[in-house]
Amino acid sequence: MATLKVVIVGAGIVGSSIARVLSMYEDFDITLVEKEPDVGWGSSKANTAIIHPGHEEEPDVHPLRARLCREGNTLWRQWARELNIPVKWPGELMVFFNEEEEKSAKKYIELAKLNKIPGVRVVYRDELLQMDPSINPSALGAVYAPTAGTISSFEAVIAVVENAVENGVKLLTEAEVRGVKVIDKKVKGVETTRGFIEADIVINAAGLYSDKISHMAGVDSGFVVRPRRGEYFLFDENVKVKPEKLLHTTPTPITKGVYAITTVHGNLMIGPTAEDLPVDAKDETSTSEKGLEYVWKESERLLKELPPRTKVIRTFAGLRPEPPGGHWRIEAYDDPWGFVNAAGIRSPGFTSAPAIAYYVLNLIKDKYDVSLVKKKHWNPYRSDIVRVKDRSLQEVDELIRKNPDYGEIICYCKTVSKAEVIEAIERMKRAGIKTITIDGIKFRTRAGLGMCQGSFCRWRIALLISQYTGVPLHQVVVKKDLYGVGEVKALLKSVS
Amino acid sequence: MIEVLELNYDSVVIGAGPAGIAAAIRAQELGLKTVLVENRDLLGGIPLQCVHPGFGLHYFREDLTGTEFIYRFFDKMEKLGVEYLLKSHVHSIELVAHNEKIVNVITPQGVMRLKTKTLIYTAGARERHIFEINVVGDRPAGIYTAGEAQTLMDIYGIIPGKEIVIIGSGDVGLIMARRFALEGAKVKAVIELMHYPGGLMRNIVQCLQDYDIPLYLGHVVTRVVGKKRVEKVIVAKVDEKLKPIKGTEFEIPCDTVVLAAGLIPNLDMLEKIGLIIDPYTRGPIVNEFLETNIPGVFVAGNALVINDLVDYVVEQGELAAEGARYFIENDGIPTIDWKPVVRGRNIRFIVPHYISGKRDVILYARVQQPEKNVIVAIPEIGWKMKQFNVRPAEMIRVKLTKRLLERASSAEKISMEVIPSE
Repeated sequence: MATLKVVIVGAGIVGSSIARVLSMYEDFDITLVEKEPDVGWGSSKANTAIIHPGHEEEPDVHPLRARLCREGNTLWRQWARELNIPVKWPGELMVFFNEEEEKSAKKYIELAKLNKIPGVRVVYRDELLQMDPSINPSALGAVYAPTAGTISSFEAVIAVVENAVENGVKLLTEAEVRGVKVIDKKVKGVETTRGFIEADIVINAAGLYSDKISHMAGVDSGFVVRPRRGEYFLFDENVKVKPEKLLHTTPTPITKGVYAITTVHGNLMIGPTAEDLPVDAKDETSTSEKGLEYVWKESERLLKELPPRTKVIRTFAGLRPEPPGGHWRIEAYDDPWGFVNAAGIRSPGFTSAPAIAYYVLNLIKDKYDVSLVKKKHWNPYRSDIVRVKDRSLQEVDELIRKNPDYGEIICYCKTVSKAEVIEAIERMKRAGIKTITIDGIKFRTRAGLGMCQGSFCRWRIALLISQYTGVPLHQVVVKKDLYGVGEVKALLKSVS
Repeated sequence: MIEVLELNYDSVVIGAGPAGIAAAIRAQELGLKTVLVENRDLLGGIPLQCVHPGFGLHYFREDLTGTEFIYRFFDKMEKLGVEYLLKSHVHSIELVAHNEKIVNVITPQGVMRLKTKTLIYTAGARERHIFEINVVGDRPAGIYTAGEAQTLMDIYGIIPGKEIVIIGSGDVGLIMARRFALEGAKVKAVIELMHYPGGLMRNIVQCLQDYDIPLYLGHVVTRVVGKKRVEKVIVAKVDEKLKPIKGTEFEIPCDTVVLAAGLIPNLDMLEKIGLIIDPYTRGPIVNEFLETNIPGVFVAGNALVINDLVDYVVEQGELAAEGARYFIENDGIPTIDWKPVVRGRNIRFIVPHYISGKRDVILYARVQQPEKNVIVAIPEIGWKMKQFNVRPAEMIRVKLTKRLLERASSAEKISMEVIPSE
């Protein structure tokens, strides 16, 4: 059997899920390329982190979205278990406040029937307010979908990639694709900022940039992906308002409504907005006064009360890819042979990602006639970082006896130990991440995600990165740029 | 199962900055079995990284740097043999009875349970960060809190950036402006929301004017711009209600934003066990022993109230230790007819919140806004102090003797007010 060299462009949730699924087979030699310093830093990172039930997709307009969303919801239950990803399944409530909204909301019950989503029903005020006392008591009712869940989206991508690498996938970060090489109507590889990578199959999972990658392969020149911006507030864990269900307002034609959820890490999060940006604004993740104000107002309508503004620990914005007509482009092409699009994956893309991965696998199998021989020793499991915070004091004591670094707390807000930071650095190295960033450590350990937003721990983490990678302290990378510009004395010299 | 180590104390002091060190020393002197618990791998807290002078003018009657100031206490600690734990993180506090608390501590030697009669909490403050001051825009590298920038420069010799904009003209912001200028960085501006400076007058002169650093009063940074690294900030004028005025925006190109936008007492650990907070200080509500609503839990230093002088911080630490001793001697602070201390005209906050009138007390207060030619008064005891100038940046510290307070023995409350001197 000849192995096919596969390059997957984009280590977001779609690309990494495809990598994981393909890694189950002997047929592929897989390289996952990512332009950013770390995995999951595009749309996968900054979103509402909902695992949707699938009752919001119109099956006649978006049959693939409807089907893969439902399948993805089921698959995530298994994937989260195998990969130790923080997830919970509280169900969601689409809350309506007037008869017009009620009418709109009830349409989703019809869609639920068509899409065979279990348990979707209407609940009225008396039941609703018992189901979740944090809802504004002026609500008339809600459409309840019990199969909705929420996941730690950034940890999910990290977990999927770690598992894929464990099963033979090669990760290449800071490798921006500059061209797709096609000879005689066949793909031959990709030109990246880290050199040329030979490939028989190139899978485009580049999210916001998937239009550009598609054009590089000469496919679908009219296809454009527009960024749609969503802004959010994240509150401290220590607030009284903690919705039990995933709450949201009734959707309008361009958004799923504003959500108010308690994340898997116990923070209240509200948002998003849905603002269409120009096609080339693919890195415009700035927040705006207007957007944040809108989220605040809508959440005030949705909730009985909002915590004070002083309990906000972060505001942020993310961009979702919006393809023409909202249609995903998932296709394997004859011309050029070997080019596969998993492009323009907009919502419910995160939910659907595992199902998209299997769908892509089947496309490749059928189109390129691949035998699909299962690996004998494919490992479905990935363990999580050992965390002090999740453990009893007895257990922490035992950990410290084995390794005193568990007894040295680096992040006070989130109780993250030195041992966890070191483990994260080692995991990043093992995964093939070229630059160990402070943000990379934050997303893996949660250090810096608390009330102080890293003002107490960022330099400690930078010191550990410096110590364990040999990079001088001032050259440690925060996100995409350096922590400092130089040593005090060196700068003085350059000035004088 | 391994049993975790359990130890007994009269007083556990949390946080080894100046307040905690002073409290631990005093408690030890008073004969209490004391332990000082510190998160970091060294004692001293923030003064360690304060290489500028201005420390100890009241306490030692000498002008010392922060480092020199705190080292004097180390010598004293050593002589007295004060017990301390480094790299020790307070995981949680359990309230067992009014005179028994258990402090669970994670240390590299294992988990310890410190059983104690009293707790002196001196964990200082945290800095307000960029998401707390209504700044929108990008979230690139190049944004630091002043404390973080100071740690980098003065402990590790790393300069964070070359072209700096500082948000906030409190003393921290002013001192950092000078530090950056001294290290060869260009401080483009200090931006202050209020229409008056937030720091001491001496610092405005010595840290900004002497280095030609522009101070923008009544201005606000509305937006940070920069994809990888900070590229510029957008600044606007604010109106009387401190809202940005449309059309007044201008840009300041820079590579670094340093936040010195205020400190907030760091009390999460105590809030979890029911601490009550004064919305004006954002610190706890305390009586004259600096005891909080939780019996036997005392708070001092910047965890109590944001101070402008380390001398006051030390004084509060010592007072809390004396309170702890009084608590232990009496098996709890005896029942007292507390008199509330009330904010009068142009007083933003006043600490402590309750006094007995039966012993000397020190009151710490700040005014709401600057005012000239005023009298600071406590009418219930007929106390007055003429002031040419009162400013929010300068804490009012008043020591009232027991004799003076006896004049108010029939009053229901004690109040402080600022009135025009005419």
